[in-house]
Amino acid sequence: MEYLIANFGAILFYLVAVLAVAGAVGVVTLRSPVHAALALLETFIMVAVLFVLRHAEFLAAVQVLVYAGGIMVLYLFVIMLVRVKNLRPEDAFLSGIAPLAVLGGVLLGALLALGILLGTMAAGAGAGALTAVGEETVGNTEAVGWLLYTKYLVPFEVVSVVLLVAMIGAIVFGRRDAALTGSGEGVEL
Amino acid sequence: MIITATHYVALSLILFCLGLVGVMVRRNFITVLMSLELMFNAVNLNLIAFSYRLDDLAGQVLAIFVITVAAAEVAIGLGLIIALVRLKDTVALDEADVMRS
Amino acid sequence: MKFYDLIWLVPIFPVLGALINGLVSNRLGLKKSVTNVVAISGSGLAWLLGWVAIGQWAFELGTHTTHVVNLFSWIQGGSLRILDGTLAEINIAASFQLDSVSALMVFFVTLVGFLIHVYSIGYMHDESDRAYARYFSYLNLFMFSMLVLVLGSNLAVMFVGWEGVGLCSYLLIGFYFEKDWCAAAGMKAFIFNRIGDWGFLLAIFATFMVFGTLEFTQIFPVAAEHPDLYAGAATVIGLLLFVGAIGKSAQIPLYVWLPDAMAGPTPVSALIHAATMVTAGVYMVVRCNVIFRLSPTALLVVAIVGGVTAIFAATIGLVQNDIKKVLAYSTVSQLGYMFLGAGVGAFVAAIFHVLTHAFFKACLFLGSGSVIHACSGEQDIRKMGGLKKHMPTTYWTFLAATLAISGIPIFAGFFSKDEILGKAFEAGAGDLNTFGSTYYVLWFLGLAGAVLTAFYMFRLVFVTFHGEFRGGEEAEHHLHESPPSMTMPLVVLGVLSIFGGLVGIPGKLFGHPEWNLVERFLEPAILPIGHAAENAEHVSHHAVSLGLEWGLVILSVAVAFFGIWVAHRFYMGPEAFARPRRLAERFSFAYRLLLNKYWVDEIYAATVIAGTIKLSRFLWEFDARVVDGVVNGTALTTVGSSFISGIFDLKVVDGAVNLVAKSYDVASREFRRLQVGYAEGYAMVMVFGAAILLGVFYLVKL
Repeated sequence: MEYLIANFGAILFYLVAVLAVAGAVGVVTLRSPVHAALALLETFIMVAVLFVLRHAEFLAAVQVLVYAGGIMVLYLFVIMLVRVKNLRPEDAFLSGIAPLAVLGGVLLGALLALGILLGTMAAGAGAGALTAVGEETVGNTEAVGWLLYTKYLVPFEVVSVVLLVAMIGAIVFGRRDAALTGSGEGVEL
Repeated sequence: MIITATHYVALSLILFCLGLVGVMVRRNFITVLMSLELMFNAVNLNLIAFSYRLDDLAGQVLAIFVITVAAAEVAIGLGLIIALVRLKDTVALDEADVMRS
Repeated sequence: MKFYDLIWLVPIFPVLGALINGLVSNRLGLKKSVTNVVAISGSGLAWLLGWVAIGQWAFELGTHTTHVVNLFSWIQGGSLRILDGTLAEINIAASFQLDSVSALMVFFVTLVGFLIHVYSIGYMHDESDRAYARYFSYLNLFMFSMLVLVLGSNLAVMFVGWEGVGLCSYLLIGFYFEKDWCAAAGMKAFIFNRIGDWGFLLAIFATFMVFGTLEFTQIFPVAAEHPDLYAGAATVIGLLLFVGAIGKSAQIPLYVWLPDAMAGPTPVSALIHAATMVTAGVYMVVRCNVIFRLSPTALLVVAIVGGVTAIFAATIGLVQNDIKKVLAYSTVSQLGYMFLGAGVGAFVAAIFHVLTHAFFKACLFLGSGSVIHACSGEQDIRKMGGLKKHMPTTYWTFLAATLAISGIPIFAGFFSKDEILGKAFEAGAGDLNTFGSTYYVLWFLGLAGAVLTAFYMFRLVFVTFHGEFRGGEEAEHHLHESPPSMTMPLVVLGVLSIFGGLVGIPGKLFGHPEWNLVERFLEPAILPIGHAAENAEHVSHHAVSLGLEWGLVILSVAVAFFGIWVAHRFYMGPEAFARPRRLAERFSFAYRLLLNKYWVDEIYAATVIAGTIKLSRFLWEFDARVVDGVVNGTALTTVGSSFISGIFDLKVVDGAVNLVAKSYDVASREFRRLQVGYAEGYAMVMVFGAAILLGVFYLVKL
């Protein structure tokens, strides 16, 4: 019991990490897109937990709100609403690519791991979630908010524009336009 | 056992590679995009780990931006899927071969 | 005027005639009369000058002398070390020799030659002008060659004449060369002659190597004085010389050309193959009698070949149906007799037989020519018959010559043939050179041959001239006697056949050896050899008693009459042809054997000729493959190397240029593949690219 309490952080981390990896494997491996989407959702939530562990609470919230709540829902909507005739679960993977892709991934992963090993990593000081603004100690959200509107205002505005553009783009793509429609049957969307 | 940034980076690496493999391997365009999201998440995790390590909130800010842009990209991507479905009645990537020679 | 010094002119007249007729009359196609003048004067002047020169020589210098006329130095080589170690100079002169032997030869060669020229005027009357001129040109050329042969004072000049008569024989036998079989006969004659010539040439070389000179006047005295020293060499030289004689004089095994030579015009057969050319071999043996007498082996070989040929050819002549073929085999047989005589040491008898044979054989041939002419070209005696009443002159001269050849006294052939047989018997009795028994056998063969000779010659007479004509109605109308140009020589030769032998009466039978004019005349040519041979002569002389000699004479006459009687029984009277036909049926194999001349030609064709052709074909192929292969190989190498250079230039140089262009092409094609629109490929490339970059980064960093 003392071990559990003493190393709670580590145990929690490993648990969450394993679950996240499991979810990731599920995304890559599961044949049905719905199953893959759910696995991805699970991974998102685990990642949010990890964010919390690193004292990035605001980001965790954003992660859950945006990713899990928005993006995943969107994916699920599209998956379910797109009725495609020839999408069978057996054809989930591109033929013949798997070995090469795994090799590539492993290779890159190994190389990157090498980088990690080579880098000097001292134990994290663990400070910082509560960053002092002035003399007061504020919460993470406030601290991030302060940065966003002062130091990183321009990127913030630009990102807004990006979002606007994305919206417009999505609308354009979604338009039922004669020029866009091919020979295939349309989809009721 | 102290969880250092190294652990987070390693985890991020694993997630990233898995996402990468998924992007390369999956046939359904939607699942490809999902793997892509996985990669984004891995990057975010990395950022957060280093932000914590280096005691700098800039990492978190950047991560916010990443999330935002990822959302935008998803919107566009799904629009693409719709368009593809309208055109070819398929979301299989190997059947989107109009530009292939 | 020393005519004997002008003896070299005797051959010149005919050769001038030959040149004029050949180059002028032939080319310009002058009329026959022009050709006649040239040819007749060519041979006639030779005859005239020859007889005058001989006469003057005989009376002024004496018949025992040897008169050499040296014209010019012909071949001057360097020096050659001969067999006994001395250094001999090669100095061959163009010189002519007049002694008893050559005088006798010149005597009848020019006479018979001239007569045949005259005869040819009538016989060749129907030929075209150009062929006529060509014929006489060749005939004159032959006279020239023969005269050079007999007048030569050394082996080299004799060889010139020897070759010349061979050439003229070829030209004249193949006179009707448009006909394949005539041309072939000419070639056959020349080739078999050539085989003999090879032997003669070797003999010349051997003579030079032994004696250092080729002059008769230098060889024979030297050889005669040292018989033991030169005995071995003499065997070699003698045998080689005899090879030449076998070829030229148609003995076994080189006789096959003579029957085929009948393809030529009949006067040619008469001149060349009866009277002159074929006797050149005998002349040569007699001329070199010293050499032969030094070697008993060589003499024996000569005798055996002669004797066997005599009987062999006679058997073939028994059944032949072509009039000229019968005469041809008869010639071969008679030549055998001459060599038999020479082989038993009776050189005088041999030359005597040459002389008489020239008379009667020429007469026979010319007579047969007359017959053929009358029968419009028919030569098969089975289609003749009863010609006696149509051509009496021909008949009587033919009969005279036949009596001569059969050895009936006092006709010409009797004396010479009898002397040969007698000498053969003497050699046997006296055990000449210890080969006595062999000579007995040869005598017997000669005797048997005499029977056969009488038989087949009278068969010829009876079948051709007696009985009824069997050639058909139309031919019968053509039967006529020949013109005087043809009959006149016949008469002359006929008379000579009757009386010509009287110069050689065997006087010793009557106790008067001096009656034998020929023997006395020719004696100087037979040089005494050492001392031993003389004794041998004496031995043989006394070996046979006078009575026995007479007995032999009567015996040979008797057998001759027997032969005539059998011929009469077979071919005359109402039962004519029935008996020989029955005989032929009973002994059909023997008959066919003889009729097909023992298939000798066929055997030659199958063995020697086929073998030679195979060998030459093999050598030709060897040449074509190997030699030409080398040449071609060189050419191919050149072609190949230039090909390689060309390729090199093309491939390497142009290749480099093309390679640059091609690399662009390939590279662009490969790079284009990157942009196929294959998204997965892109992803893969990106991943691997990143991996590589990282790798490089680490490497550099480390």
